[in-house]
Amino acid sequence: MIQLDEIQKRLLREVADLHDVPIGAYNIRANGTSAGRQSTENIEITPKTDVSGLDIRVKPGTKRESVHIPVVMSESGLKELVYNDFYIGEDSDVVIVAGCGIDNCGPKDSEHDGIHRFFVGKNAKIRYVEKHYGSGTGSGKRVLNPVTEVYLEEGASAEMEMVQIRGVDDTDRITKAELRAGAKLNVRERLMTHEEQRAVSTYDVVINGEDASADVVSRSVARDDSYQRFDAKITGNAPCHGHTECDSIIMDRGRILAVPGLEANNVDAELFHEAAIGKIAGDQLIKLMTLGLTEAEAEEQIINGFLK
Amino acid sequence: MLELSHVSFEVDDEGQGREIIRDVSFTVPDRRFVVVTGPNGGGKSTLARLIAGIRKPTSGQIFFNGEDITEKSITERARMGISFAFQQPVRFKGIRVVDLLRIAAGKETNLSLTDACEYLSAVGLCARDYIEREINASLSGGELKRIEIATVLARGSVLSVFDEPEAGIDLWSFQNLIEVFESMRKNIRDSSIMIISHQERILNIADEVIVIADGKVERQGPKEEILPGLVGTASAVPSCNAAEEAVK
Repeated sequence: MIQLDEIQKRLLREVADLHDVPIGAYNIRANGTSAGRQSTENIEITPKTDVSGLDIRVKPGTKRESVHIPVVMSESGLKELVYNDFYIGEDSDVVIVAGCGIDNCGPKDSEHDGIHRFFVGKNAKIRYVEKHYGSGTGSGKRVLNPVTEVYLEEGASAEMEMVQIRGVDDTDRITKAELRAGAKLNVRERLMTHEEQRAVSTYDVVINGEDASADVVSRSVARDDSYQRFDAKITGNAPCHGHTECDSIIMDRGRILAVPGLEANNVDAELFHEAAIGKIAGDQLIKLMTLGLTEAEAEEQIINGFLK
Repeated sequence: MLELSHVSFEVDDEGQGREIIRDVSFTVPDRRFVVVTGPNGGGKSTLARLIAGIRKPTSGQIFFNGEDITEKSITERARMGISFAFQQPVRFKGIRVVDLLRIAAGKETNLSLTDACEYLSAVGLCARDYIEREINASLSGGELKRIEIATVLARGSVLSVFDEPEAGIDLWSFQNLIEVFESMRKNIRDSSIMIISHQERILNIADEVIVIADGKVERQGPKEEILPGLVGTASAVPSCNAAEEAVK
């Protein structure tokens, strides 16, 4: 494995909780090149030949294995577009840890646009964890525009956890999913924006199969002068169950726009949307202050809990 | 010891000042269990909030162990050893029971899981079932109320103020609450307890009773003196009415 510098190691810890080379299959991408790659007997990682990116193939029946594909960028002005395709074999059960950390100390914008496609086979199960993190004091922006496409075959399920808590200036996230009969999609998004940051998250979930279900839940906090837009659409084309939820805290001069979108094209499609935006409740602050916390400490505890 | 000296509190009511608390003076001595009672709307809860620092008096002074705390913040008063249990406990998304107990015990204490469980057991909750639960809408009124009391226990306060602990709970939980307060009375040691309540069974535990009506102290003194005159009035409701009260 190529030696990572201290900044890159720190980014790796933030986005993938990695202190060292992970166990199982992995590919670590640092400043646009592969800094280490390993396939296993059941999980094969191969670089794409036409564009930048990887093909990750999980053999049918693979259980309790993991794939780590973190990206770290510590060079100012780097812009990249990466295509990663995941082919998950039938009846397998794997954990996929992605994530991108950008440290930008220079004047130029750094940008990573990752396009992830998941083809999840019959009755296969994935858990996908993606963390985004930015740091550095340069005037150049840290930009992340992920596109995630999930295709769930019959009885397949995907549990997705997407987190972006700190330091990313601009994000345009697009998540698309298509579900066949009995498939399950469960998305938990957590987002916090600061200063002048801007984050847009768009979901387009189409349920085509009977008894399939989708649950898309976003918890977010907009602080300072930041702006967020949560745009979640679920289309039910079969007897199915769909639920989206946007639960947000606004602080300072933060702004949030939540756009619900439900489309039922079958009389037995049950679709729900919930959205709540508001500042921290005064009673919550007072309660924690009666336990000895200052107002600032109380605020921190409430937000930490909310985004946990 | 807590001392209120000529405390008044006024709110703005459509441009007109309306007095909620009028020239109230009393003390809560050390190692005493004091119950503040009186009709609804008489100013009892406001009084509790003035003591915790959530509201500031329009005039008058509040002393705690000889120190004037009138201008002190909620946090400062909490750190001096005053704790406050809300009439309607607050819910928090994502904060677990154990987290709240740890905040209550303070950073320095580094409350262990075993100790946290003991506070829950003390309020009659099966600790194992609750310790990891989030303090959100999934908890019932009675469960929240007991967790609220557990946070006060975890603080190890010098003065604990409870605002209508019986409000909004079912009769079953109420019986349990009485036991919790009886045990607190027994183990009072170097602290004091002030409870806002009009339940006869809570009044029965009291050393002293203060009757607040129309924003003023109507009567105060040892339980033996005050309670007989209250039984059967709105200031001392028998426990069999607790369920009805909860429904109201």
